[in-house]
Amino acid sequence: MNLEENFQQKVDDEIKIEPKDWMPEKYRQTLIRQISQHAHSEIVGMLPEGNWITRAPSLRRKAILIAKVQDEAGHGLYLYSAAETLGISRDEMYDQLHTGKAKYSSIFNYPTLTWADIGAIGWLVDGAAILNQIPLCRTSFGPYARAMVRVCKEESFHQRQGFELLLTLSQGTEAQKKMCQDAINRWWWPSLMMFGPNDDASPHTAQSMKWKIKRFTNDELRQKFIDMIAEQVKVLNMTLPDDELKWNEERKHYDFGKINWEEFWQVVGGNGPCNKQRLDARKNAWADGEWVREAATAYAEKKLAKQTTNAA
Amino acid sequence: MDQLINYTLFLADNALIMGHRNSEWCGHGPILEQDIAISNIALDLIGQARNFYQYAATLIGNNATEDSLAYLRDVKEYKNCLLVEQPNADWAQTVLKQFFFSTFQYYLYQQLQNNNDEQLKAIAAKALKEVTYHVRWSSEWVIRLGDGTEESKKRIVKAVDELWMFTGELFEPASYELNTNIDFIFLKENWNKRIRSIFAEATIDVPAETSWHQSGGKIGNHSEHLGFILAEMQFLQRAYPNSEW
Ligand SMILES: [Fe+2]
Ligand SMILES: [Fe+2]
Repeated sequence: MNLEENFQQKVDDEIKIEPKDWMPEKYRQTLIRQISQHAHSEIVGMLPEGNWITRAPSLRRKAILIAKVQDEAGHGLYLYSAAETLGISRDEMYDQLHTGKAKYSSIFNYPTLTWADIGAIGWLVDGAAILNQIPLCRTSFGPYARAMVRVCKEESFHQRQGFELLLTLSQGTEAQKKMCQDAINRWWWPSLMMFGPNDDASPHTAQSMKWKIKRFTNDELRQKFIDMIAEQVKVLNMTLPDDELKWNEERKHYDFGKINWEEFWQVVGGNGPCNKQRLDARKNAWADGEWVREAATAYAEKKLAKQTTNAA
Repeated sequence: MDQLINYTLFLADNALIMGHRNSEWCGHGPILEQDIAISNIALDLIGQARNFYQYAATLIGNNATEDSLAYLRDVKEYKNCLLVEQPNADWAQTVLKQFFFSTFQYYLYQQLQNNNDEQLKAIAAKALKEVTYHVRWSSEWVIRLGDGTEESKKRIVKAVDELWMFTGELFEPASYELNTNIDFIFLKENWNKRIRSIFAEATIDVPAETSWHQSGGKIGNHSEHLGFILAEMQFLQRAYPNSEW
């Protein structure tokens, strides 16, 4: 067996690939792209929700929201560390984000307009993220799989909290119910797009499935999500903004309407409502923090020098 | 009774406004690990505020809740000291404000162990562990910035210049603080000692103690900043009254 066959054998046998193991360069590159994109999504994803921390309507909600956004920062941290084992530094990844070379999930380019958006994000966006991420707990690359196990535990917590927030609104005043329905209307279609293009428009899927980086196709996961949410929305006494949504007894799945892929590609291409604000916020945080990072480095070096002199 | 209520609100308001300010950093910190650290401190402080408000609410009765106290009182009723409502500005001002405040909280919560009120004692005892960490975290940053680069030194010195005038108020008892068994001289001496030792390590000067101090926050005479904080924080409760969230 040559190196490549040996590698594929391990993948087929469900033996995890570790950073020091031989791997095809394309596998490494695919993982770097996917894991860093995932990490960036966690970090950029802090912004639309962070937006509402200072306006949260109760102290309990404020604490929950801070903890949630902080969890997302933690997810970013695990994922950057996982990507670093593949030979790329966190600073390089940041640079790719800031220059637009690396992408992040398009969903975060939509604005959070009302408090109900915080619930809708938890329920729909974290909900979609979980379905994408649960199979990743078994992905072939060890550090990525292990990072995802920790992430998934917290994500399911986020989804429950988001749902509970909406449930409270759905049982509240008329204004709150309206706010709730409006948020669902705005977040529904973008959350379906989180699973990526249709399978016939997703050229990398076959290779990623063979390498067991991916375990289900985009369309399979999207269908699973729709089936789940179409049931949960009934508990809220709300509706999903799709006239064609209907249970199909034959398929044992919900049928649904056409996704606006033109919008999806526009947002991916940088033309979403908040692309510029989100990226600017990240770039500003990085630029404004430069003197802080320099000071920390300078101080650490001074301290080390002192220790060395003392030891000598 | 009024004294105890006001004192409890004073403790709660300090923790809430400081925590609220810290939470403004969430997602915008200079280093991802520090973004997490400062959000953690925000969470600790909001947790402390909730404990104090809940206790105040039981003392007040009349259907008061932690949220009615946080969200339905106006500027003049808030009792936090001026220091905590000051803007974050840059990282230097943020960590210095934290250092001044946490050091004050640390000795105050220690002193609260002599208080006759069992509830206040218990809340403070529990919070003391958190505050110990806040003091350590903020001290380390003050030292790092003071003894880091020329730029960071310039910024931390400027922060001292901006914030020092708000530290005197911490040790000027309001009427509701008079029967709390707090030894203000002990408090001030210990605070000063800690500030001096950390500033020495950070190679920055401590301003003259006799310099002019601002005060008024403890009795509701705030800086203009608090109005904006409350406008933002209380928006939903004010716009949609009598709703469950
Ligand atoms: Fe996450
Ligand atoms: Fe999440």
